[in-house]
Amino acid sequence: MDSLSWLDLLGRLFIQLLPVWVALVAVFAFSIIYKRRLGLYGRLFESTVGMIGFALVMFWVFTALFATLIITHDPLAQFSGMRNAAPGSPVRDPAGGYAYFLLGGDALARDVFSRMVMGAREVLRIAPFAAMISFMIGISLGLPAGYIGGKLDTGLTFIANLVLAFPVILLFFLLVAPEIQNTAIPRVMAGILFLMPVLFFTVLLNARFFTQPMKRNFYVGAVLMIGLWAYSGLAFNADPLGVWGMSPNLLNVFVAVVFVNAPTVFRIVRGITLDIKTRDYVAAAQTRGEGPWYIMLWEILPNARGPLIVDFCLRIGYTTILLGTLGFFGLGVAPESPDWGSTINQGRRLLTVYPHAALAPAVALMSLVLGLNLLADGLREESLKD
Amino acid sequence: MLVFLARRIGVMLVTALCLTFVVFYLTNIPAKLETLAKTQAGSRISDSEVASWLERNGYNQPMLWRYGEWLGVAPGWTRARDDGTMRGRCYTLTGLAEPGAAPTRCGLAQGYWGNSTRFRAPVSEVIRARLGATGWLMLWVLIVMVPMALVVGVLAGMREGSRTDRALSTFAIASTATPEYVSGVVFIALFASSTVGLSPLLVSWGWIDGPVLFQGNARSALERITFWNFALPVMTVALYGMGYIARITRASMTEVMTQQYIRTARLKGVSFANIVLRHALRNALIAPFTVIMLQIPWLLNGVVIVEVLFSYPGFGWTLFEAAANNDIELLLAASVVAVLVVLITQLISDIGYVYLNPRIRVT
Repeated sequence: MDSLSWLDLLGRLFIQLLPVWVALVAVFAFSIIYKRRLGLYGRLFESTVGMIGFALVMFWVFTALFATLIITHDPLAQFSGMRNAAPGSPVRDPAGGYAYFLLGGDALARDVFSRMVMGAREVLRIAPFAAMISFMIGISLGLPAGYIGGKLDTGLTFIANLVLAFPVILLFFLLVAPEIQNTAIPRVMAGILFLMPVLFFTVLLNARFFTQPMKRNFYVGAVLMIGLWAYSGLAFNADPLGVWGMSPNLLNVFVAVVFVNAPTVFRIVRGITLDIKTRDYVAAAQTRGEGPWYIMLWEILPNARGPLIVDFCLRIGYTTILLGTLGFFGLGVAPESPDWGSTINQGRRLLTVYPHAALAPAVALMSLVLGLNLLADGLREESLKD
Repeated sequence: MLVFLARRIGVMLVTALCLTFVVFYLTNIPAKLETLAKTQAGSRISDSEVASWLERNGYNQPMLWRYGEWLGVAPGWTRARDDGTMRGRCYTLTGLAEPGAAPTRCGLAQGYWGNSTRFRAPVSEVIRARLGATGWLMLWVLIVMVPMALVVGVLAGMREGSRTDRALSTFAIASTATPEYVSGVVFIALFASSTVGLSPLLVSWGWIDGPVLFQGNARSALERITFWNFALPVMTVALYGMGYIARITRASMTEVMTQQYIRTARLKGVSFANIVLRHALRNALIAPFTVIMLQIPWLLNGVVIVEVLFSYPGFGWTLFEAAANNDIELLLAASVVAVLVVLITQLISDIGYVYLNPRIRVT
């Protein structure tokens, strides 16, 4: 069999990604028809930049979702004679499987296309989740620091500056190492960091519903039950039912990424809080006799959502870059992992001769981060309009 | 101003102490010391031999005490050998063996940085040489990055919403979305590969003599920096850092351009070029200045990636090698340098902000 021509190759890629296109068209059609009723999300479809960004992000989200449908070969399997094969090379012995390596083979004769697609799943499994935890930590500490101020503010700001003064790469070298994984450090850090979201939701609901004890007990109880269940599994790998769990590798990476991101979020939230707490509606709530946590979480936080949503998009992108950096240095990833960073790392050795193995994940990573940044830009533009 | 400076420097010293202790703690956890013992005394030694090796080399004291030793505030450990000569931290570092010949304290404060196990040389020598190499890289990165970022930002910000603004803003966003390990890979594939990209084309047209347009390996830049071997690493670092500065410059420029005094100048009939260059630019550059200073520690990230990718043995490469080879003393020293760079640039950026912006008065 001959290799595929470029046109043929693009056609086959298009067909292989068909589930993604269908889902994308469906989402866009729905959103554009109902955009008047969808609030800020709907207004995103007024701006071209925002739409392009959203399309790029959703492309990778759907790719990650439908990864098992899209891949042409097992991302870990090696095929004889396919070492460093050029894009579009026919598989020597397909044995009923897909007949071509669409984006070529890597140095271990694995399919680059399938690895790239599975890599999207790896990245999107961690990045948004890590960004979310960072946000909850940043919010739960930034709000009181800005609102209450005083010694608390001084202390928390000092700690945040301490972490921020640490060069990120150095922190990764120190914190994400096999020797550290065997110590208690990641577990302790995870124990502290993962407790924050549980506390956040408990306080959030308690502050809102403490005048209605029945409702409050129900909500807080539910949060505590689910939260502590997930907490035991994620932080200490002690989930009795075994639903939640993280390998030591993943936990270490996760903790490091959250640790790097949270102080920046803290600073942003603190800054916004300092600004918002002088507004009249906060004074009104204080006069009504509302408690400090109610004011922080139900008066200040909703009014700070614009910049926070924008920063959330940027932060997912930045987290993706950080995960790629970790993979690039081979830190904290499973040896065969198809995540983009480590694929680039493996591909760079033969970069000048066979660049395709490193180029595919590089372009993938760039397009995802670009999409997130454009999305953030579109959201910022639209949220500034009102 | 002096009180402000003194307080800032005080906070900076406390921060430096905290951070170096964290680094010291993380590099000296038992598992890493065990690895060190195994690399120094043989990989097949038993657990009890590891323990005795650590004991003999002064690693069994409490962490805080050893941190003090390393800083040079606590006396270094000593032990008399059977033949009457002395062993100890300070004896090893100075190379002396007679009792009482070596100083009691020998740490950072006295200028003893220890020895690198990876490069088999004093850490201070290794760091000095590597920092020099990285200095050149940083210099060129700043020379390329800062003017480019300012020009892009000013051009985009002087007419907000225009087509130039949109194009340049998108370019700035794209550059912040391209981390060094992505742009480096793309650059190498495009310009430094003899089989794909531009180089084979240019060779077949007879435009270039060598096999490739640019070199994908910057090791030769240690002897002599040329456009040929240094362009790609410099571009890779500069591109990622540029976008952010350009966006800050643009934001600051658009803000200045809406000010009253700019409108006054326009109404007086001053030409647009004159307004931008003489009236707007000075005020618009205050924000970017602080950002540029704060960007320098961020560049360290890129420097490590680029030096590893282009195998340029500078500071970042040394940091990577030290971390990968569990070279504790070297990693500690490199961390101290990195932390100091971060803190000093923060200080300069604070002072510069106060100095440049007369609206802020520090009492």
